[in-house]
Amino acid sequence: MLKKVFTRPRYLKDRVFHYCPGCGHSIIHRLIAEVLEELEIGDRTICVPPAGCAVLAYDYIDVDMGESPHGRGTALATGIKRVLPDRIVFSYQGDGDIAAIGTAETIHAANRGENISVIFVNNGCYGMTGGQMAPTTLPGQNSTTTPGGRDVSRDAAPIDLSEMLAIAKGSTYIERTAVNSPKNIRRTKKAITKAFKIQMAEKGFSLIEILSPCPVNWKLSPVEAAKRIEEEITNYFPIKVIKDNIGKIA
Amino acid sequence: MSRLRCTVSKKFLLRGSQVIGEAAVRAGCRFYAGYPITPQNELTEYMADAMNAFDNRTFVQAESEIAAINMVIGASMAGARAMTSSSSPGISLKQEGISFLASQELPAVIINTMRGGPGMGNIAPSQGDYYQATRGGGHGDYRTIVLAPASGQELADLTRTAFDYADTYRSPVLILGDGMMGQMMEPVTFPDPIRLEDLPQKSYILDGAKNRPSRAIFSLLLDPSIEEERNWKLGRKYEIIKREIPRAESHLTEDANLVIIAYGTAARIAKGAVKRVREMGLKVGLLRPITLWPFPSKMLCEMTRHVRNFLVFEMNTGQMVDDVKLAVEGRAHVQFYGRPGGVISTPDEIAKIINSLYHRQQLEEV
Repeated sequence: MLKKVFTRPRYLKDRVFHYCPGCGHSIIHRLIAEVLEELEIGDRTICVPPAGCAVLAYDYIDVDMGESPHGRGTALATGIKRVLPDRIVFSYQGDGDIAAIGTAETIHAANRGENISVIFVNNGCYGMTGGQMAPTTLPGQNSTTTPGGRDVSRDAAPIDLSEMLAIAKGSTYIERTAVNSPKNIRRTKKAITKAFKIQMAEKGFSLIEILSPCPVNWKLSPVEAAKRIEEEITNYFPIKVIKDNIGKIA
Repeated sequence: MSRLRCTVSKKFLLRGSQVIGEAAVRAGCRFYAGYPITPQNELTEYMADAMNAFDNRTFVQAESEIAAINMVIGASMAGARAMTSSSSPGISLKQEGISFLASQELPAVIINTMRGGPGMGNIAPSQGDYYQATRGGGHGDYRTIVLAPASGQELADLTRTAFDYADTYRSPVLILGDGMMGQMMEPVTFPDPIRLEDLPQKSYILDGAKNRPSRAIFSLLLDPSIEEERNWKLGRKYEIIKREIPRAESHLTEDANLVIIAYGTAARIAKGAVKRVREMGLKVGLLRPITLWPFPSKMLCEMTRHVRNFLVFEMNTGQMVDDVKLAVEGRAHVQFYGRPGGVISTPDEIAKIINSLYHRQQLEEV
């Protein structure tokens, strides 16, 4: 008899992802679905997907989904969570969504210590609109709006949103991870698990920043894109626990 | 003011903004988010006091008007009766969220205490936001229900109505008042409070997919034919709303040769003017739209059978007058008088305008 050892998580729909080859969203979706199943919270979770490539997350993650206007994910999540405090509420946002147009909402939700979780997918560009400069685009990095590379004196330096949020009094747990290697993927899953556990324990605001490849807009192969995260991006955005007011959580 | 909460109905003397707050609490408003802006701060302050007195209701002073309307979207998705309030510039900032509410067919109540504009303008009463309110206001092909109270009592009644319409039609509902309405103190009788558990269950909300398939509330419809169907669906709903809820108050119009059309504060002023010119023997009446969208077009059109002359009075340079002209379909003369920018006309001023128009009209008829 063959034993099934790997299967689709309960909270991932049986659909083909529309994401580009080598994109990190599908990995992150799967990790979230696995965590929801393992923590047995999938039937009391509400996700707030963003504007951006992951706007269609409701086609894949099988929980209640409430679409947010661009950048307002944490404001919507605040509204949902305050009405239903015993549910698990998380927003799923890209770097343009959370660190440019939605900066104010994000900082204030963190500072209020809203008991929500945020999945912040950082791919260093506006993917869905075709690869424009994001607040997280690295110095020198080419984008359609920084032809010749991001010039810090002209286009500003990348914004360290997670570090900024760590300063906020209300934030509880902030970690930066990546999905470019099996090791980092495992680390990301652990971080997501911890974020949800913190919310289940009503311990406040947590955010996981996930460095994620965008091979198409970076004009690299999926393998090269994964390598770029390891060799280039993590130098600027180091993988680390940025803030942890909780420590170990059961 | 918190002592009013959930007490048995009787008369209270309150400012207009506080009336809205108390009426919202009694209507089962469970979530309020707002941002400071004059001339409506009394409402936000009232909600802070009133909502925080309940264990299961939420007040949030948001970091921005944009955050406030988006929190309301979330609260509405979660099934709560939810409200936000602001004044003209703040309402402009909320328009993206209102467009999402319309497309996602989510109920919400939005209070606009209008002030002088455009731009920063001033904090005096104005009716400059009529177009914005009745044409949707944000992007896309949609409408919001717009209610225009003209008294303290009506502020209380229409706030309750606004929550009911929002739920019935799954649509944002706007209450269009102004600084005068917000500050005016009048005796008010409130309807009895609704207990949250007595509100009807909603079939579409996001509360976790326990023992049911998961739901998604979204407005992204990449396939134009599907977006077209969403638009037609909204359009069909708007046709139903247009049939079911248009409302206006008719005052001394039966024998009138000239009917003034005005809403909100302007209607209060016009009523005083009608009284004055009636005393002079002029046959003048007042039609006061209570729903601005849907506009009471049918009522107005029927009135053209015996009224040939209308004077639209607004506290702007002429906005509702367009709807009046559309409604009368060329069957009557439509004149306009307005004072924009936060200037408040007196009943005497309007009486003079009526007087001159009335006699000029008689000359033309000779």
